[in-house]
Amino acid sequence: MLVLSAILPGAGHIARGEWRKGLPILLGWGILLGLLWLTWERIQALLGARRTGIDAYIALATVGILLALLWGWALYDLRVRARRPAGARGDSQWAIAARHFRRNKLAMAGLGVMLLLYLVTLLTPLLAPYDPSVQGDIVTTRYLAPGTEHWMGTDKFGRDVYSRVLYGSRISLTIGFIAVGIAVVLGTAVGAVAGYFGGKTDSILMRFTDMMLSFPRLVLLIVVIALFTPSIWLVVVVLGLTGWMNNARIVRGEVLSLREREFIQAAKALGMGDGRIILRHVIPNTLAPIIVSATLLIGQTILTEAALSFLGLGVQPPTPSWGNMISDGRDALINAWWISTFPGLAIVFTVTAFNLLGDGLRDALDPRLRI
Amino acid sequence: MIAYLLRRLIGAIPLLLGILTIIFFITHLAPGDPLGNVGPNVPEEVIQQMRRNLGLDQPLHIQYFRWMGSFLRGDFGYSFAQNRPINEILPETLWNTLQLTLIAMVIIFSLGMLIGIVQAVRQYSLADNLLTFLALFFYSMPGFWLALMFILLVSVKARQWGLPQWLVFPVSGMTSVGAEFMTPWEQFTDRVKHLILPATALGIGAAAGVARYMRGSMLEVIHQDFIRTARAKGLSERTVIFKHAMRNALIPIVTLLGLYLPFLLSGAVLTEQIFGWPGMGRLIVDAIFQRDYPVVLAASFVISAMVVFGNLLSDVLYAVVDPRIRNG
Repeated sequence: MLVLSAILPGAGHIARGEWRKGLPILLGWGILLGLLWLTWERIQALLGARRTGIDAYIALATVGILLALLWGWALYDLRVRARRPAGARGDSQWAIAARHFRRNKLAMAGLGVMLLLYLVTLLTPLLAPYDPSVQGDIVTTRYLAPGTEHWMGTDKFGRDVYSRVLYGSRISLTIGFIAVGIAVVLGTAVGAVAGYFGGKTDSILMRFTDMMLSFPRLVLLIVVIALFTPSIWLVVVVLGLTGWMNNARIVRGEVLSLREREFIQAAKALGMGDGRIILRHVIPNTLAPIIVSATLLIGQTILTEAALSFLGLGVQPPTPSWGNMISDGRDALINAWWISTFPGLAIVFTVTAFNLLGDGLRDALDPRLRI
Repeated sequence: MIAYLLRRLIGAIPLLLGILTIIFFITHLAPGDPLGNVGPNVPEEVIQQMRRNLGLDQPLHIQYFRWMGSFLRGDFGYSFAQNRPINEILPETLWNTLQLTLIAMVIIFSLGMLIGIVQAVRQYSLADNLLTFLALFFYSMPGFWLALMFILLVSVKARQWGLPQWLVFPVSGMTSVGAEFMTPWEQFTDRVKHLILPATALGIGAAAGVARYMRGSMLEVIHQDFIRTARAKGLSERTVIFKHAMRNALIPIVTLLGLYLPFLLSGAVLTEQIFGWPGMGRLIVDAIFQRDYPVVLAASFVISAMVVFGNLLSDVLYAVVDPRIRNG
C-alpha cells in the first residue's frame, strides 16, 4: 500500500477505502502533472529565452512545491496519522471552528475558489495562452469577438483579453493581500494600544480613527494618489493606510473587555511588560474577529483598487489590471462589449468568493452564531 | 436631546477642521501646482505674476492661515480653474449630488427592506437562498462596472434585442436636449428618467447590504412571543408582518440611513464620471487633476460635513425610533 502511494499519491487512501481523502489528492497530482506535460513546450521556451522572467521561475517552483507537498502529505497521512488513535487530543477553539466551517458548503466553495485564484495567480505564465502585452496585427486581430481562438476576444491593440484577465488577477489579488496586510497590522496595533491603555491615549487614537472614517475612502485615496505619480506601490501603501479604521475599532472593542479578565491581571501581577502582554496575551485572543474582518476587507480592497485603476489612478497601462481593462473597454463598449465585461465578471467572481469565505469564517469563529 | 445634539455638533467642529488641515497640507506639499499646465509659451514673469495674484508665492503657513481665515468667515475663495467664486459653484453641484444620492437612498431602502422581509418570512426556502446569493452577488459587484453594463444594455442591446421602449433610459447628463422648452412637468419626468440609471447603479450594492441586515433583524423579531400573540389573536398575516414585525425590525436598519452616506459619496465619484452627472464627485476629481486647491478643500469640507451630519442623523433617528435609548 505504501509502495502504491509512493508512486501515486492518494492511491493508498483509495485502496483503504478513504475516497474523500484519496480522490482529491490523486486528482490534484494528475492535474499538476498534466499541466506540466501540456505546457512542456512553453516551459522549454520560457527557460530557453534570453531573459527568463522571475514569474516563470515562480510558476515552475509552485508546481514543483505543490507536487512535493501532495506527495509528502499523502505518505505522512498514511504512515503517521493513521496510527495515531482517534480522539486522543481535546478540541481546541480552532478545531471546533474548523469543524463548523467545513459544514458550511457555500463558505467551503468560497475557500476553494480563493485557493484556486491564488494558484492561478502563481501559475499564470503557464496558463495564459498569449503574452498579455503582445500586440497583434491591428487590422486583422483587433476587436475579435470571443471564439475558439481567443476565448474572451481581443482588445483594440489585438491583445488577448483572456490572457490579460489572468495576468490582471495577479495585480488585484496581490494588491488586495498586501494592502490588507498593512491595514490589519496597523489597525490591530492602534486598536490594541487604544483599548489596553485607555484614557488619553484611547481618546486621541479613537478621535483620529473617527476623523479618518468620516471622509469617504475613495475620495481620500483619489486626493492622495492623484497628487503623486501613480504606481503600484503607492496604491498598495495608500490602500493599506486608509483601510485600517474598522479593524482598529473591532480590536479596541475586544481589548476593552479582555483587559479586565483575570489572565491579564495575572500577567500584570507577574510583572510582565505592557508590550509583552499586548503581543502575547491580548492580540492572540482577538485573532478571530481580525481574521473575519481581514477576509471581508480583501474583497473591499479589490473593489477599491479596481475603481482607482478605472479612474486611471491605480495600476498604469500597459500592465493589465481588472480596473484599467474595464476602463480600456469603455471607449469601445458598443462595438466590443467583451473587453469590459469579462474583467468585471472576474472581479464579481473573486469578491463573491472572499465575501462567502468571510461570512463562513464569521459563522464558524463566533460561538454566538453557531447553530 | 437638544443638549446632546449641541454637544455632538460642537464635537464635530475640531473633526472637520482637522480633516481640512490634513487635506490642505497634503495638497500643497504634493508636487505640481495649479500653474503647471498654462502652456510652454507663457513667459516666466507672467507666471510669477499669476502666482502672486493667486497668493501661491507666500510661505505655506501664511497661505494656511489666510485660507483658514477666509474659510471661517464663510468664504471658500476663488476657483483657479473655473475663474468663479466657489460659493457660486458649490450650491448647484451639491444639489445635483443630493438628487442622485436621495434617489439612490430611496432605491436602497425600499428594495433592500422588501427583499429582506421576503427572505425572513420565507426563511430557508428556495427564494430565500436564491435572494441571499443574488444579494451577495450584487454586493460584490463594482458599481462602475454595473453602470457600464447598464449603458451597454439600455443604449445598444435594447434596440438590437427589441426591448420595450420604456426600458430605454438616457445614459448621459441631467437633461435632454431642449429641456428648457419643456413644461415643468415634462422637465420633472425628464430629470427622473435621467436619474434612474445612475441612482440604481449607485445604490444596488448598498441595497444588497440593507437586505442582509433586514433579513437578520426580521428573523430576530419574528420568533418573539409578541408575534405569536399577534397571530393567535387572529390578525391577518399582512398586519403581523408589516405592522408588528417590520416596525420593530426597522430599529437597527434606521441607523444605516446615515452610515451609508460616505459609501454613496464614494460611489458617486465614479457614477458621476460615467454618466456625465455634474455633481460633487466630478467636481472634486476634476479639481484634483487641475490642482485647483481651493475647490478641493471646499469640496472636501462639504463631503465630510455631509458624513458628520449623516452620523448625527443616524444617532438621532435611533433615539427617535427606540424609546429605550431616548429615555436611557
